[in-house]
Amino acid sequence: MSAGGAAILAADEHGGAAVHYAAASGAFSLTWLLIALPLAGAAVLLLGGRRTDRWGHLLGTLTAAASFVVGLVLFFGLLDRSGDDRAVSQHLYSWIPVNGFQVDVGLLFDQLSAVFVLLITGVGTLIHIYSIGYMSHDPGRRRFFAYMNLFLASMLLLVLGNNFLVLYGGWELVGLSSFLLIKFWEYKPAAATAANKAFYMNRVGDVGLALAIMFMFSTVGSTNYDSVFGAAAADVIGYGTITAMALLLLLGACGKSGQFPLQAWLPDAMEGPTPISALIHAATMVTAGVYLIVRAAPIFDQTQAARTVVLIIGAVTILIGCVIGCAYDDIKKVLAYSTVSQIGYMFLAVGLGPAGYALGIMHLLAHGFFKAGLFLGSGSVIHGMDGEQDMRRYGGLWRHMPITWVTFGLGYLAIIGFPGLSGFFTKDRIIETALAKGGTSGYIYGGVALLGAGITAFYMTRLFLMTFHGKARWEHDGPEAKHPHESPATMTGPMMLLAVGSVFAGGLFVLGSSMQNWLAPVVGEHGEAHHDISPAVVTALVLVVSAGGFAGAYLRYQLRPVEAVARPDAEVSVVTVAARRDLYANTFNEVVAMRPGQYLTRFLVWADNVGIDGFVRGSAAAVGGLSGRLRRTQTGFVRSYALSMLGGTVLVVGALLLTRAG
Amino acid sequence: MSTAPWLTIMLIVPAVGSLVVASLPRRHGTLAKQLALVVSLAVLVLAVLATAAYDPDKAGFQFGQSYDWIKEFGVSYSVGADGISLVLMLLAALLVPVVVLSSWDEAEEGRRSVPAFFALLLALETGMVGVFAATDVFLFYVFFEAMLIPMYFLIGSYGPVEEKAQRSYAAVKFLLYSLFGGLLMLAAVIGLYVVSADQLGTGTFDFATLRQLEITPGVQKLLFLGFFIAFAIKAPLFPFHTWLPDAGAQSPTGGAVLLVGVLDKVGTFGLIRYCIPLFPDAAEYFAPMVLALAVIGIFYGALLAIGQRDMKRLVAYTSLAHFGFIALGTFAFTSQAGTGAVLYMVNHGLSTGLLFVVVGFLVARRGSRDVSAYGGMAQVTPILAGVFLIAGLSSLALPGTNSFVSEFLVLVGVFTEYRALAIVATCGIVLAAIYILYLYQRTMTGPVKDEKMRLVKDLSVRERVVVAPMVALIIGLGVYPKPLLDIITPTVTATFADIGKSDPAPTAPVAAPESGGRS
Amino acid sequence: MNPANYLILSGLLFTIGATGVLVRRNAIVVFMSIELMLNAVNLTLVTFSRIHGTLEGQIMAFFVMVVAAAEVVVGLAIILAIFRTRRSASVDDVNLLKY
Repeated sequence: MSAGGAAILAADEHGGAAVHYAAASGAFSLTWLLIALPLAGAAVLLLGGRRTDRWGHLLGTLTAAASFVVGLVLFFGLLDRSGDDRAVSQHLYSWIPVNGFQVDVGLLFDQLSAVFVLLITGVGTLIHIYSIGYMSHDPGRRRFFAYMNLFLASMLLLVLGNNFLVLYGGWELVGLSSFLLIKFWEYKPAAATAANKAFYMNRVGDVGLALAIMFMFSTVGSTNYDSVFGAAAADVIGYGTITAMALLLLLGACGKSGQFPLQAWLPDAMEGPTPISALIHAATMVTAGVYLIVRAAPIFDQTQAARTVVLIIGAVTILIGCVIGCAYDDIKKVLAYSTVSQIGYMFLAVGLGPAGYALGIMHLLAHGFFKAGLFLGSGSVIHGMDGEQDMRRYGGLWRHMPITWVTFGLGYLAIIGFPGLSGFFTKDRIIETALAKGGTSGYIYGGVALLGAGITAFYMTRLFLMTFHGKARWEHDGPEAKHPHESPATMTGPMMLLAVGSVFAGGLFVLGSSMQNWLAPVVGEHGEAHHDISPAVVTALVLVVSAGGFAGAYLRYQLRPVEAVARPDAEVSVVTVAARRDLYANTFNEVVAMRPGQYLTRFLVWADNVGIDGFVRGSAAAVGGLSGRLRRTQTGFVRSYALSMLGGTVLVVGALLLTRAG
Repeated sequence: MSTAPWLTIMLIVPAVGSLVVASLPRRHGTLAKQLALVVSLAVLVLAVLATAAYDPDKAGFQFGQSYDWIKEFGVSYSVGADGISLVLMLLAALLVPVVVLSSWDEAEEGRRSVPAFFALLLALETGMVGVFAATDVFLFYVFFEAMLIPMYFLIGSYGPVEEKAQRSYAAVKFLLYSLFGGLLMLAAVIGLYVVSADQLGTGTFDFATLRQLEITPGVQKLLFLGFFIAFAIKAPLFPFHTWLPDAGAQSPTGGAVLLVGVLDKVGTFGLIRYCIPLFPDAAEYFAPMVLALAVIGIFYGALLAIGQRDMKRLVAYTSLAHFGFIALGTFAFTSQAGTGAVLYMVNHGLSTGLLFVVVGFLVARRGSRDVSAYGGMAQVTPILAGVFLIAGLSSLALPGTNSFVSEFLVLVGVFTEYRALAIVATCGIVLAAIYILYLYQRTMTGPVKDEKMRLVKDLSVRERVVVAPMVALIIGLGVYPKPLLDIITPTVTATFADIGKSDPAPTAPVAAPESGGRS
Repeated sequence: MNPANYLILSGLLFTIGATGVLVRRNAIVVFMSIELMLNAVNLTLVTFSRIHGTLEGQIMAFFVMVVAAAEVVVGLAIILAIFRTRRSASVDDVNLLKY
């Protein structure tokens, strides 16, 4: 019996909306190839060892590209089908069958997963190509490509799974790939620590996701999307249960997407090679949380409480990311916090419910383009500056790397929402919808998002100006001399393509609400919002605020010289000091979790040795001591033995007589 | 073919092999190794054939054989296999050749007879097969205790050469702990005999007959405790665990693999095979206590593992956490949790076995078990580091590795019955990530500790042959665990159905169950 | 005949023998005391044999004699060996086998 059939049957019973997935046939029976290709690449490269060193990077890129081609074929196949029939499910095999708990490995290629597949394989392929140049001098390049392929396969598994447990599999495997790639240069202790930190914090989120799945099984009896969403839509799950599910899913999403309160790992993850920062920690993996929430839209639709929490987390994270982004001088850290805050926008969007799901995805896709482009650009700069990451040591680079300057510039304009570029369309719509939510809360969320747009413009302008404009602040001669140069074509090519995406993607999505209509079957109709403030006014407001942010940065970092060394903490404001310390998030984690954990561990090691094992050894010692006393009765005097024998005999005879008498 | 006496053959082959190997003169070390390898591989082939011949849909024991042994006391030589014991025999049969091959050069270090070492391994294999195959409680007890003897000598004589005092301390501690539990169990076994003699007229030790008895709850509780403490020591469960780190650290690598991989499984196997079906009322009465101990064990083992500096002790403590999960699954009385627990026994044997093997390789290269003696090994020995990571990931139950399937089954099964407990236990997976990856970070990453370490060689061909099947199984069973689940599920379902337990139905079922349960 | 007299005599002899074993130090005397106890038992055996009119008691008495003879041979040999090495026949001096 196909899973789809079961869902229809059940939905009919409850009179709820049917969740229907067509069975895969024709080209769609090849959906598994999407995952299998990069997985095979990873397997060959890892098992082949040094033999594959010479052509490993080419194979890795080829499998990524092949997967992209398959994705395109399937996407066009989906376009050919009618609107309601655009969800194709492929059953592969039975994974964990235990009586009532039946989990199959099955894939679902629908409108939502299709756009993710194209983003992942498309951007992934570009970054593979870029890495050929970026990693050309690294002895571990083959391993790098193997891990990247592994990541692609895991990420595709995440977005293609047709039930929550397969999603969970992909979810943890992307965590593994991320771990492997962050610690790629594992001889650096900082990289190894960052990788572990990322894995630990992700695991905290994973606990939430795992528990959510258990809730689903115990209430619905299945983990398949169609059954769970069918039950959610049919409103047969209690409000408390469904809210718990939603909040636990949210915990998982926060872990993976670096949202408050689990945001601290993402900036540290920048220890990994820059292409990884672009692919995993900007464009794809960290947006998995947004995917999860949008995928679970039927659950979140049922619970206002959970949606409110999503909104709050989104709003708080926007501010955290923005504030810290202003304080760092490390180019990658600034971009990392920028990612944190942009994903905050996506959370804010999806927290708005049906009105915002598509907006969140749109911003996610646009962000995938411009943030990947920005990271690749920063990689190009770092590459040209021999590994220097401190922006205070940059300046005036536009002359030396013109292509990077232009492509980075376009990405920069896109993220600050320059009219006509991607970010303008997508971010603007999020702010607009947040304000249209109505009530005081709508104004608060909208206001935070608006403020965030202004600060984004400020810190991104700061980054751009400090890097490419102003006076050159690097060493021109001497042993530390830098010779900035443009990167090779394998690197600039992908940057140019991503720049094109950053410019046009947003416009394409909003054109005739194309993206919203495309996603409507998955996330529900968006409906026409009631606007207190007309969209034109909102757009104008956003532009004014962003221009303000830009002007502030221009005045501070273009018209006035930038110091080559950051001012010490004592000379800057309290806010800056706090921001430099990541708003004390790491300190908090350390004080609340790490130190007590260490003390507890030490105490337990002591207690186990002294307490439990002490009891064991103590009883052994007691027995030993007692026997030491007892053996003293063995005096060696024959006559004392004889006496005790006599005594024993008398006792026995006495006892016999007594019992006989009694 | 299915009528062949598989189990008896599987007992005779290693027993005879052990005698032959033991009788070889000391100078024929290589011959002893080769012979031991051949014998253990033969047992593996037999186990695989038996599994192929096993019919999971048939109820009760298969390949059963029964001959009178001590007629006066109703003791018989009875063997048989059900889904639970079959997969564990398979595990034992798989691990022994792996251990033989991984200990190839290790026995020399003990300056003791090489043939004796391999003869002990084969003797241990006989005991392990016997303990799982026995369907007579007395026979089970005999094998249960007989396994101690070869293990005692493996720890005492073939442990780290320079730590003579510690290794004999560990061996004696292991022996005394196990004997203590074993004697309690003996008392309970005799108690069972007396009860059966009261009810049936003639006493018996036959498991199938004993489980039909109606024992009064009070007596059940006492007998349950006798069995339970023996198994809790063997497994070990918190707080009966303190022998394990010592024994694990002082065993030769091969001994540690078999000790933690298989011997300890006898404890968890006993819980589900003997404690629950024989004493259903007592099992239900004590279930909350066992579940509490299990959850404490999960966290306690994990936290202590984080705090260890000795790598082998660390791995031993991780096992304590894993045994917590197994006990949790066993006593939740749902078919998912029970099946997960049994599968966990197999998976833990593979993943912790591999972890011990790799740690053994590492220690053999450096001569120290201290974590702080290492660092940056991934640069020097990338393959070793990779295998170590795979074993570790399996230990922390990453999806795609075998342990994930079992751990999730346990948790989801417990969740349907005891929600709060499952939520607490699930938090343990964060600690699992910490103890494994923190160990990996300290040993494998960072700068190379000292220049001498750069001369260390990566895994040799023999060592790669040792780890390859384990790695393949870890990933294979993670991706496609169905063959094992199909064997285990019917037996576990029948066990719980027998004591009147069935899975709770979902509260808001939307989809009709796609395929009905086999009970 | 009245068995009581024989039994009282036997009891007296046994008590004397037991006391001798406990209080005397000379190994030879201890040895003779043991013989005394054995013979006290023999007397009892023969008495009861006579009362019941069966032969078992007398057979037992012969067993005891034979065993006692064998014991004397071994025992005296040990005592002699000890006396040769230690120049003493005191049982209190032979206390190395202790603890």
